[in-house]
Order: sequence, then structure tokens, then C-alpha cells
Amino acid sequence: MDRYAALGGIHLRGVIQVTGLRRSAAFTGSGQPVTEGVAGFLLHPLVSSVESCNTGLMYGNDFSAPDDAPGGGLLGEVEAAEVALREAAARARRGGPAPEEDLEAYFVDVIDADQKIEPRDWMPEAYRKTLIRQIAQHAHSEIIGMQPEGNWISRAPSLKRKAILLAKVQDEAGHGLYLYAAAETLGISRDELVELLLNGRQKYSSIFNYPTLTWADVGAIGWLVDGAAIVNQVPLCRCSYGPYARAMIRVCKEESFHQRQGYEILHTLAHGTPGQKAMAQDAVDRWWYPSLAMFGPPDGDSTHSAQSMAWKIKRFSNDELRQRFVDMCVQQAEILGLTLPDPDLRWNDDRRAYDYTQPDYDELMQVIKGNGPCNRQRMEHRRRAHADGAWVREAAAAYAAKRAEQKEKVAA
Amino acid sequence: MTEQSPLWEVFVRARRGLSHTHVGSLHAPDAELALRNARDLYTRRQEGVSIWVVPAGAITASSPDEKDAFFDPAADKVYRHPTFYEVPDGVAHL
Repeated sequence: MDRYAALGGIHLRGVIQVTGLRRSAAFTGSGQPVTEGVAGFLLHPLVSSVESCNTGLMYGNDFSAPDDAPGGGLLGEVEAAEVALREAAARARRGGPAPEEDLEAYFVDVIDADQKIEPRDWMPEAYRKTLIRQIAQHAHSEIIGMQPEGNWISRAPSLKRKAILLAKVQDEAGHGLYLYAAAETLGISRDELVELLLNGRQKYSSIFNYPTLTWADVGAIGWLVDGAAIVNQVPLCRCSYGPYARAMIRVCKEESFHQRQGYEILHTLAHGTPGQKAMAQDAVDRWWYPSLAMFGPPDGDSTHSAQSMAWKIKRFSNDELRQRFVDMCVQQAEILGLTLPDPDLRWNDDRRAYDYTQPDYDELMQVIKGNGPCNRQRMEHRRRAHADGAWVREAAAAYAAKRAEQKEKVAA
Repeated sequence: MTEQSPLWEVFVRARRGLSHTHVGSLHAPDAELALRNARDLYTRRQEGVSIWVVPAGAITASSPDEKDAFFDPAADKVYRHPTFYEVPDGVAHL
């Protein structure tokens, strides 16, 4: 059963198959037609487009092909990272360090050549520790991240929205599991990781300590929180540690559906009744600054950055990524007809970027320390879900043992 | 607390005609549940038509540290490639 039954207390089995979502036309069911171009500009290009982007083929068919046609954007960057990964692997290179060679020099050599470090390669202890901390925190965030949205599954406004939200929360569980598996390749066990989360010694993203007060919050989380997560995570597809990079490629491809579904919820609300529009605006007002804070403290105060950059675990600074996110959101907000809650947000022609108000970093620190609006609730829920799932794990283990015994008897 | 369930490596055949490819790993108490979990975890978007699960402990791997020595015997046998041989001009079907 693995952790599925225990994850977030949400039963993921027997989930309705959401085949109706293959074409964006299916999204128009709720009355409000979806603007054809929405998905096209949502994944706003960050770099020049990638010629051979064929996400439709690579990704499966959960959204329509025309929108995913070559054009780059963030998905294009993920594709490019995947291509780079294959190319690096293809570059002829001897397999391992020569017997007399310095292991550290070899490690640096591999990273300089933009090749991947694999689980059984020698690596500095600090590299291993940094990766375990980062991947574990990432995995925990996916697991805890199921709660704010899971809160709305039973109250989604239509069966279609409910099915989509279920699929999305199931994805978060899946992302958590990919990431736990990647962390385990570094020599830490799943049980240890789960324990580190439950006893509070490892953290998860502070954003999930904010409450989801209305249905529009589900939209705002998809658009802003998942949007920020994607901006953060796309560069991780090029991380120097192979299992993490490969997991991130998978996660990012799936994450873009999350961002689009959130955007579509807000778009529908923003073009609905005045009350619905006000609800959408209120959600954006509450989620904007916490989303900006997701990129972490400003560069000057960031403790892990320099070394992580040198090791190519991290590719851009917190502030660079935050700026990139702001620049993407402005136009997307315009199309929604919603306002980003920042009176000082304006285009700066010299910097070729938007000036914006920084989030409240004192608040961020408070939330990280455990004093956010929902910290205690989130942890309590996770501990309870884990404890409540114990009988399932025990039953599955007992059943497996019984079956193995029977097999032995037959063989004997 | 129960013992941690064993680790399984998951291989997925994307389409008929392609070989199974390693996609990741997961924990499950037995093979049957490993297979079902693999379906839920790695083929949520129709990524495969067939799945293999293998107990991670059953895999014996060569060490990357000894790669040079281990694979060395093949390095000096260029004559195993057809390009090693000179083909006289005008020979067809060779």
C-alpha cells in the first residue's frame, strides 16, 4: 500500500478517471467559455523558444496538443533540460576516477562538465547533506501541500471541478513519493524522513501554513503558488544530482496542469457575477505576498545559496527567480481582469523588469518558526493521518507475510 | 511501528515495441501491491502499457568506481565494429 492510504488522510484509490480533460474544450463545461489563448500565454517564455518541444508526445495527452505546440515557455525549458541531460550523458567520458585520482577533484570535474552525480558516486558529505535537506523539504511540502486543497475536495462546485481537484491532490502525493525516492538514494530511509517531518526537525514550505478560506483560494493556489513553485523548480531540472534532476523533470511536466487549472478557476470567477469576481480578487490579495515569499529570503540573507550554486544544485538566486515570477504574473493578472495588490508595481524600463514591493520577510520567518495561521493544524493533521494509516500498513505487511508463507509451503 | 516495507524498482514499457525503462522506485510489502502502487504512481497519465517491479535488493550493480577496469576489455577491440574494415571500391551488398 506504500503511503497512499496514509497520505494526508485522503483515499486515492478508485479515483475517477478524468479522461474528459484531454481537450481544453472539455473545460468549457461550466458555462464560461475558456479563452483559447489562455494556456498559450500562461507559460510565458523565459528564454528563447525551444525548437523541438514536443510536450504533447512526451507528456501524454492530458491537455490539448495545439496549446502545447512548439513555443518554449517553462515547459519548453523542462524539455530543454531533459535534452541537455541526455546530451551530457552522451558526451564521451571515462566512467570513474582513476585509482590514484583525487576523488574530490573528480567530483568537481563531473560538475564542471555539467554531468550528473549518481547515487553511488563519491560526493562530499556536505553535498549529500544539503541535498537530503533540500529534497526532503521539497517532498514534505508536496505531502503537506495536499491539505489546503484537500480541504475543498468535498465542496468543489461541480463534479468536474471535484474530479480535477482530486487528480491534482493525487499528483501532489505522487510528487512527494518521487522526491522521497530521490532522497532515499542518498542513504536516508523513508521511515527516517517521515519521522523528521512528524517531529518537526525538517521543514516544509511555509506557504502551506496559510488557510484556504474560499473556493477561489483553490484557483489562487494553482495560479500563484504552483506558478511560483514551477519558476523555482524548472531550474532544478538541471540540478547536478541525477535522481533529483530526473524527478524534477517529471514533477514540472505535471505541475503545469496544476497552474493552468488554477488560472482557469480564477478566470471563470473573474468573469462571473460581481460577487464571484470579488471572491477571486480577495484570494489573489491574500496569496500574492505569501507566494512572493516562497522564493525565500532576499539574496543577502540567504544562508545556503553560494555553495549550492557552486555545486549546481541551485542555478539562480532567490531574488532572480522572484523577479522572474513577478514579470510573468503581471500580464496574466491583466487577462484575468484582477489586480495584483501592489500599488508600487510598475515597469522599469532601465531594468527591463517590474519594480515591486517585497513581501514581509519578518512574517516569513515567523511562519517558518511555526507561528503561521495553520502550522499546528497542518502538523496535527499529518500526524493523525500517519497514525490512522498504521493499521493499513500493518495489514498489508501481515498479508504479504502470510502469502509468502503459503508460497513456501506449496514449494516445499 | 511496523517494519519498513521493501524497496522496489519500477520499469515501464511506454508503448508496444519499446523496451521497459527504469522510471523510479517505491516501497510496498509485496510484489502485487508494488505493481498496483507503480500503476498509481508512475502511469497516472497513460505513460505505459506494461510494468515490471523488481525487488531493489535483487539487483546486483557494477560499481561506478571500477567502471574503467570493469569495461576495459572491450576498449581495444575496435575490430568488433564494421567500420574497422576497409571495403574495396565497387563492392556492393557488403
